[in-house]
Amino acid sequence: MRSITRTLLAVLWAVALLAGGYALVLRLTEGHGPAAYGSYVVWGLGVAQYIYFVGISAGAFMLATLVYGLGVKKLEPVGRPALLVAAVGLVAGLFSIWTDLGHMGRAFLVLLRPNFSSMMTWMIWLYTAYAILLVLLGYAVHKKSPRIKLLALIGLPLVVSFSGGVGALFATVAAKPLWNSSLYPVFFLVGALLSASGLLIALLALQARQTPAIADAVSTLSKLILGLLVVEVVLEWAEYSVALWGGGGEHAALSEVLFGSYWWVFWGVHLVLGVAVPGAMLLLAKGNKTWQAVSGLLVVLTYLAVRLNIVIPGQITPELKGLEMSYVDPRLVYTYSPSLFEWGILLFCAAVASSLLWLGYRFLPLNSDSASHKEAKIA
Amino acid sequence: MEQANLVPIPKLPPAGAGESMIHRMLEELRRALGKPVAERRWGMVIDLRKCVGCQACTIACITENKLPPGVVYRPVITEERGTFPNVSKSFLPRPCMQCEDPTCVPVCPVGATAKRPDGIVAVDYESCIGCRYCMTACPYNARTFDFGDNRDEGGEIQPSDKVSSREYGRVWKREKDSSPIGNARKCTFCLHRLERGELPACVSCCMGRATYFGDLNDSTSLVSQLAAKANATRLKESAGTGPVVFYLQ
Repeated sequence: MRSITRTLLAVLWAVALLAGGYALVLRLTEGHGPAAYGSYVVWGLGVAQYIYFVGISAGAFMLATLVYGLGVKKLEPVGRPALLVAAVGLVAGLFSIWTDLGHMGRAFLVLLRPNFSSMMTWMIWLYTAYAILLVLLGYAVHKKSPRIKLLALIGLPLVVSFSGGVGALFATVAAKPLWNSSLYPVFFLVGALLSASGLLIALLALQARQTPAIADAVSTLSKLILGLLVVEVVLEWAEYSVALWGGGGEHAALSEVLFGSYWWVFWGVHLVLGVAVPGAMLLLAKGNKTWQAVSGLLVVLTYLAVRLNIVIPGQITPELKGLEMSYVDPRLVYTYSPSLFEWGILLFCAAVASSLLWLGYRFLPLNSDSASHKEAKIA
Repeated sequence: MEQANLVPIPKLPPAGAGESMIHRMLEELRRALGKPVAERRWGMVIDLRKCVGCQACTIACITENKLPPGVVYRPVITEERGTFPNVSKSFLPRPCMQCEDPTCVPVCPVGATAKRPDGIVAVDYESCIGCRYCMTACPYNARTFDFGDNRDEGGEIQPSDKVSSREYGRVWKREKDSSPIGNARKCTFCLHRLERGELPACVSCCMGRATYFGDLNDSTSLVSQLAAKANATRLKESAGTGPVVFYLQ
């Protein structure tokens, strides 16, 4: 990486950390006061970033299980970075949702007095099991233990459960017609795999030391991303077209997504920058590392727009007609735009996550698999 | 947490003109209190033909429960129909429906929200983690989040914001980082008043006598009789939550 690019990235990181740190101090001293969500749109950017980060974590773990559980040799260089991304994504996701709680100090109650009729409880318990498994698998991979395959195969249903489970957390809310869809768990699985593949292709393509094994893995990831982009669009088409044609309760919310004041988030950020541009770049890249990296970054960064378009529009339709006019207060409205404070929390999480990734790349032996793969090829 | 130090219940004076319904409901309430909690089933009936949309119930609720800005338990929805000169207005007060099968209860990850034996859906403020999942699950939007906002003017916290709430029969001092700030909050049918033999604030203050309250398990009670009328309806019956708030159309 050129020194000017490195300096620019360092400056961006420092700004994100400082601004985000200030937002975190505000969260600890002022509670939820500076947040823009209210009592009708109750989940905002914090929840969107939570499902974004845990989605990346789940997707990365799925890719790791392809390597360690199912023995997909072509993706071998992805294995160790995927485990790192899975761990970092989980930390960032759980931190995001922790700061979103009204009482951060009571989060442990989900473990001490769980109510298993709640999807949220299941999620926390699955995350705990997943975190333990992630540490064990990471250690096993590092030590080249014979238990690697077993741990990865145990992890596969676990990660599918919690990734689909996040979708179910929304889908089981019958009061919100937009969320109450049986497609959501599948949608979340595909989204997890897509966003994680985007980040991993960027990380691999930007790696200073390139090998034929890495080039192979990048090429495989490219094909995987292209396929997932198609599946993602098909799922969206299925979800949106049925709702729009059928005219059910979700019609108003979807109309807002497609034609409302934030139409550009769906059409511009998601479909153009997140699907069309990276899709075209991957098709035309022909091994060009920069194009592959940029397309991966576009896929993963713009995926936050998909998450926002799930969380927010689901809540913008009044449960009872006229409720929004019955009592006038800034917290009792069906509109929402994240406040600077909320963007600050996101910046903090992004800065910490990128620091952890950098530290991982700096101090962890992430290239061992590719090295052994290369040796194996030569042999 | 200190217990609410409340004044003794006054003896009922003789009924004045137009007050007999209040007296009847009070007597029925006190009769219900003589039964074990599990044998009571509190319910409410709102006669929409009598509601004039004065919002006195909204204000009485805020005053009684010391609700901060942004927290409202009983808004009154106004609906206008038609165009001039053929215009009509109707009003719909919306307390918590205290559903028989509430959707807010199973989603709580720590079981902080639960249905009491008498049917009231209560929130354990000291367990609630503030995840707001219950708020997304309520088909009536009957819960609001306490953001810790105050009615400050020029940075000064107003005396009204320092008054403690007596919800659930306890004293809740309004202090940073302590409940109910950071919690989901909702109408409790003024549980703290019921337990000392008083009607919910919204019932007592209703100038049109449009709101009725009592024990639905008592077939002779006023609410039981009104809830059984042919013109009694419930909001969003299709949601299958079984509200115990009935509306007379």
